[in-house]
Amino acid sequence: MIEVTRCYRFPAAHVLAVPTASAAWNERTYGKCANPAGHGHDYGVEVTVAGPVDARSGRVVDPVRLDALFEAHVGSRLAHRLLNEVPLFAERGLVPTAENIARVVFDALAAPLAAAGAARLRRVRIVETRKNSFAYGETE
Amino acid sequence: MVRLTRAIEFSTSLRCVHPDLSEAENEALYGPATRQHGHNYRLEVTLRGEPDPATGMVVDLKDVKEVLEREIMRRFDHRDLNRDTPFFEKQAPTHENLARVIERLLLAALPAGSLDRIRLQPESDTWVEIAVPLAGARA
Repeated sequence: MIEVTRCYRFPAAHVLAVPTASAAWNERTYGKCANPAGHGHDYGVEVTVAGPVDARSGRVVDPVRLDALFEAHVGSRLAHRLLNEVPLFAERGLVPTAENIARVVFDALAAPLAAAGAARLRRVRIVETRKNSFAYGETE
Repeated sequence: MVRLTRAIEFSTSLRCVHPDLSEAENEALYGPATRQHGHNYRLEVTLRGEPDPATGMVVDLKDVKEVLEREIMRRFDHRDLNRDTPFFEKQAPTHENLARVIERLLLAALPAGSLDRIRLQPESDTWVEIAVPLAGARA
């Protein structure tokens, strides 16, 4: 069993605010991140999959295939978007915190990846800034 | 001459749209960047000068930090460039235009002749630089 991690980026905007809560509550809870006009980040995404090394190819996962899956299920949906308006968050009533971005990206990738081959999605890490990162899934 | 560089980081959102262009023209020019998105900008500000013989400092770093906090962080960090600042009513907030706005703000706020260059890096593999000519030199 080998773990393989591949890194992606997407620029996006978000507002940290619960739509049904008062402006004061959102401001108290999220501080400057509650700015209703929005702010944004260049999000880093580390996708970690694990599986056996294929005897013939010597690989766990085809990186070109992984790139295509990421673009189809994550990149094309989140890049250059206001995340609050993206259905993956809006339809589930999720505030697009980095914690929820990690869960949404994990859920969007797990099934297509499982359908595509043997490698299993283990973990998604969202690198929001150089100071903050958020991991969802199995660690060691 | 000694150069001193201070780096800060701020997170913004923006839409690259020029107000005089139609939606289709903006889309053709800026593509997906016309939609609201965001960046973690790293800004490096380089100052130049001869170290003061008494203090050994080109500038007092405390003053530089204060200027960067007031002129850059309070204006741009966790803000939307189009909605929260007045600088992009007549131009799109491209990296180049944002760098020129920052250059103007810092030239006005820092001691005369001290700003050497700024380097604005929105992504790990992209950045823009503006070098400030020495006084008397041609731009």
